[in-house]
Amino acid sequence: MAINVRIPTILRSYTGGAKAVEGTGETLGDLLTNLDGSHPGLRDRLVTAGSLHRFVNVYVNDEDVRFLAPSGLTPLDVKLDDGDTVTILPAVAGGAADRAAAGGAGGPVPAGR
Amino acid sequence: MARYDSLLDACGNTPLVGLPRLSPSTEVRLWAKLEDRNPTGSVKDRAALWMVRAAEGAGELRPGDTILEPTSGNTGISLAMVAKLRGYRLVCVMPENVSAERVQVLRMYGAEIIFSPGPGGSNQAVALAKQLAAEHPDWVMLYQYGNAANARAHYETTGPELLRDLPTITHFVGGLGTTGTLMGTGRYLREKVEGIEVIAAEPRYGELVYGLRNIDEGYVPELYDATVLTRRFSVGTRDAVLRTRQLVEVEGLFVGFSTGAVLHAALVAGHEAVKAGRRADVAFLVADGGWKYLSTGAYGGTLADAEAALEGQLWA
Repeated sequence: MAINVRIPTILRSYTGGAKAVEGTGETLGDLLTNLDGSHPGLRDRLVTAGSLHRFVNVYVNDEDVRFLAPSGLTPLDVKLDDGDTVTILPAVAGGAADRAAAGGAGGPVPAGR
Repeated sequence: MARYDSLLDACGNTPLVGLPRLSPSTEVRLWAKLEDRNPTGSVKDRAALWMVRAAEGAGELRPGDTILEPTSGNTGISLAMVAKLRGYRLVCVMPENVSAERVQVLRMYGAEIIFSPGPGGSNQAVALAKQLAAEHPDWVMLYQYGNAANARAHYETTGPELLRDLPTITHFVGGLGTTGTLMGTGRYLREKVEGIEVIAAEPRYGELVYGLRNIDEGYVPELYDATVLTRRFSVGTRDAVLRTRQLVEVEGLFVGFSTGAVLHAALVAGHEAVKAGRRADVAFLVADGGWKYLSTGAYGGTLADAEAALEGQLWA
């Protein structure tokens, strides 16, 4: 058995269009390194300077890895088991993410604070 | 007392009801906070009222002013009611793929609606609203995603109500959108209840909704503070629909799909407590009733039909 990884549409250029791929690894970090072997470039889209990209959410069996990391460790240290499902999603608010456009007019209007 | 001087005064103090049939055991109990009992039928009445009052208090909003807000529906409806009663004009910027009922209710309240492209979701609505705000400096954008009064409404009301009604609370579960409900309620409860779990249930929409999102252009609401949460679940459309139907079948509660997602996370926490042999009182928030989502068709047919019906829709 291996770990099933669900790939968001925007990253399927790295997986030959596949919606889901399989990988192996003791930890999330290991898994991403393993996946990068078969799908070069994928890891770099998800990990920046050794940590999970701010606008990437990764879930193990539907739970956010940022809350699964034992204290003192990072999300990339989260342990995985065979048969786990890892879901990768872009960060969204109410169903969208387009910061270039959202931030275009500057920050939030401070009214009401 | 259940008598109020006006509709605005009837906001909050919603019932907390036990769900004995859905609760995993007599030691691990589920409780639903019925926010659909607010004046316009959703939890957003609290945020709308507090944001308007804060802006009035700060002198940023005067009768006759125009309020501008990016919203996928419920906040718009709440603001439309508050705006009508307090004498403001409301312009809502809304993704075109929200349910028909939300548009009809907003128009009925007299709000003006500007649609943003559906594939851009709420963030494109935010972008367009910010652009409109720049073009109309006299309009006031309350901006629920970054307005501290949104979270404060829950810190001051929802949190205290929960603790008053359920002093033995061990878990609070809510939906994650603007993050205001979880930030405010969660902060209050973490200050008062040692070891409480504050759990977010985040809707995971169909692929069409995420299709065009570029990872480098992601967005996290300004209100979001991860340290308030202890866990965060991503709940898919199928699980949300399954739990929504289960709530009405087993407990007679007719809710919107975002509440199904919240119940799903609440049940995960509940079953874990049973397994660990711990007692638990798990309170979860019912953000709204199911009425506004009937036109999706997702309350009938098979789960696969429902999932297909909701594909591409912002169901939470």
